[in-house]
Amino acid sequence: MYAKPRYLVAGDSSLVVELGEGIDPAVNRRVQGLARLIRERGPAGVVEVVPSYRSVLVYYRPWELPLHALLGWLARVELYESDPGPSRLVRIPVAYGGEFGPDLDEIARFSRLSPEEVVALHSAPEYLVYCLGFAPGFPFLGKVPPEIAMPRLATPRTRVPGGSVGIAGEQTGIYPADSPGGWRLLGRTPLSLFIPHRDPPALLKPGDRVRLVPVSAREFREWEERARRHGPEALWDEVVVEGGEGGG
Amino acid sequence: MTVGTIRVIEGGLLTTVQDLGRPGYQMLGVSPAGAADEYAFRLANWAVGNPPEAAGLEITLVGPRLLFTSDTLVALTGADLGPVLDGQPLPMWQAVRVRGGSTLAFAGGTRGCRAYLAVAGGIDVPPVLGSRSTDLLGRFGGVDGRALRAGDELPLGQPPPGAPPRPIPPELVPLYPEEVEARVVLGPQEDHFTSEGLRVFLGSPYVVTPQSDRIGLRLEGPAVRHRGRADIISDGMPAGAVQVPQDGRPLVVLANRQTVGGYPKIATVISADLWRLAQLRPGNRVFFRAVTPEEAHRLAIRHWQLWDEDQLAARVRQRTTRWQLTVAGFRYSLSLEESTEE
Repeated sequence: MYAKPRYLVAGDSSLVVELGEGIDPAVNRRVQGLARLIRERGPAGVVEVVPSYRSVLVYYRPWELPLHALLGWLARVELYESDPGPSRLVRIPVAYGGEFGPDLDEIARFSRLSPEEVVALHSAPEYLVYCLGFAPGFPFLGKVPPEIAMPRLATPRTRVPGGSVGIAGEQTGIYPADSPGGWRLLGRTPLSLFIPHRDPPALLKPGDRVRLVPVSAREFREWEERARRHGPEALWDEVVVEGGEGGG
Repeated sequence: MTVGTIRVIEGGLLTTVQDLGRPGYQMLGVSPAGAADEYAFRLANWAVGNPPEAAGLEITLVGPRLLFTSDTLVALTGADLGPVLDGQPLPMWQAVRVRGGSTLAFAGGTRGCRAYLAVAGGIDVPPVLGSRSTDLLGRFGGVDGRALRAGDELPLGQPPPGAPPRPIPPELVPLYPEEVEARVVLGPQEDHFTSEGLRVFLGSPYVVTPQSDRIGLRLEGPAVRHRGRADIISDGMPAGAVQVPQDGRPLVVLANRQTVGGYPKIATVISADLWRLAQLRPGNRVFFRAVTPEEAHRLAIRHWQLWDEDQLAARVRQRTTRWQLTVAGFRYSLSLEESTEE
C-alpha cells in the first residue's frame, strides 16, 4: 500500500490513481472504496470509473473538469478512509473435471496431487473479485492456493465454452461466454455470469466474495434445466447471499 | 405515417450498427464500443438533423448493398468507399434525399477505412444497456451483436419533427492521408521502457497490419524495448492507449477495446487525433509525436467544442474567407463574410 496515491496521466481524458503494489486484498479494498466514492460523490465532469486490482481509472471531460481540479478533489478525499460498501457473498456451483474441466488431470500432475485434492484446494478459499475485465462479466478471482497455481497455456484455445472455470497462476476466473482463452480449465458452472439484457448485466461486481461449490454432473444438469425453465437470471437470486458470512 | 426500413442485400466486409457507445459499464468488463471514428459519425448525424446519439452504420473497407424501403434522408461521411445510389455516385458529407426502393452500393475506395451512414430518425434497433452499438467482443447490441448480413432488416426511427437537413461546414471535412502523425501523451507506464525504446517509438514509422480491427490497430515496425518484463498488473485501458506486448510491436486500442489490459502502455493518443487512426487501412503509416498533458488538454477542449451544436450552426451561418495581398510593398488583408439565412 502506497502512503500516497500515484497519479499517472493517461491521455487527455483519463487518469490512473494507483494505490499500491501487487495483488493485495487490502489495496483492492481501498480501490473499491475510492471507486465508489468517486462514482457517488465525485466532481461534475467525471464520466466513468474503472476499478482494477490496484488502481482506479477515472474518465473525465477536460473541458468541464480541468485535471488540476480533479487532482485537487482527489487530494482532499485522500484524507478520508473510503468505504467500499457492502460486500456480497456469491456461491457459484462448479462441476469439476471430465468434460467440464479438461485440464484438471494436468493441473494434478503439475501439483503432484490427486484431481480430488486439486478440487478440494481450488474450492477451499473465499475468493475476492479483484476486478472484471477481459470479457463482459469475466471475474478475476484470487488468490489460488500456491500448490495448484499453474501458469496459463502456452498457446490459447480458440474456443473455451461459456461457464468454464480456469486458472492462470494465482488467479482464477470464469468465462461468461464462449471465447478464445488461455487459462487452464478445471471445471464449469451452469450459471450465466453475464446477461446483457438485464441491468446490472453481470452476476458479480468488483469487491464481491465468491465461494466455488463443487457439484456433480447430475446437479449441473439440474441447474441447467432450471435455467432453461425459469431463465438464467432466476438462478442469480439462488446464489447471492447478500452480505452473508459464509453460510447461506 | 409508417417509417421504413433498410433491407440488407449484401453485408459487406464488416458493417455494424454503432452510436456514441456504451459508457458506464466498464467496471463490469463491458467495452464502450461505439463508432471508431466519432468525428465522421457525429457529422453524419448532424447533416440529417439527428441528435448526436442516434445510431447509424459503420462501414468497413468493402461496403454493403442496402435497399431503402421508403423515402428518407441520408448522409454518408468518413472514408470514400465509392458510394453509388441507383447507379449514380452519391455525394458525401451532405444530406441526400433517397426515394423508397433505392439501392445504395459501394464501388470501393483507396483512402480511409470506415464510412458512416446516418439516416434521419436513426437505426432503431433495441438499445442494450443504454446503447444501440454492436459489441463484437460481447456479441450483443446492434443486430444480435454481429456484423450485418444479407436478409437483415433494420428498423428506422421516426425523424425528429421539423428537423431540417443541415450543411456540414466544408472546412470540417477531413482528408484521409495514407500517413498520419498521431500526437500522444506519454504514459501511464512509460517508465517500463528503456530510453532507447521511447526514442524508437517516437522516431520510427509504424505500418498498420491487416490484423487491425475495431479493438485496435496492430502495428509493425521497429520493436519498442521494455526495461523488464512486458506485463503489469492489469489496469484500466482508455481509448487510444498504446500497449506494447513482449514482441515490442505497439497496439493502439480503439472503440471495442477490452476494459482492462495487462501490457504496459507507453503512451495514449490524444482525443483530437484518435479518429485519424481509426481511418488508417492496412499498409498505411503512423508516426507518434509526444505533446505535454497541458497541450493535449488544450487540443481536447478545442476538439470537443467542434461538436457543440450552437457552434456548428454558427459556422454554417457565417463563413469567412480571407485574402492577403501585397501591393507595392504594403500588405493588405481582405475578408469576405458569407452569411446563409435559413
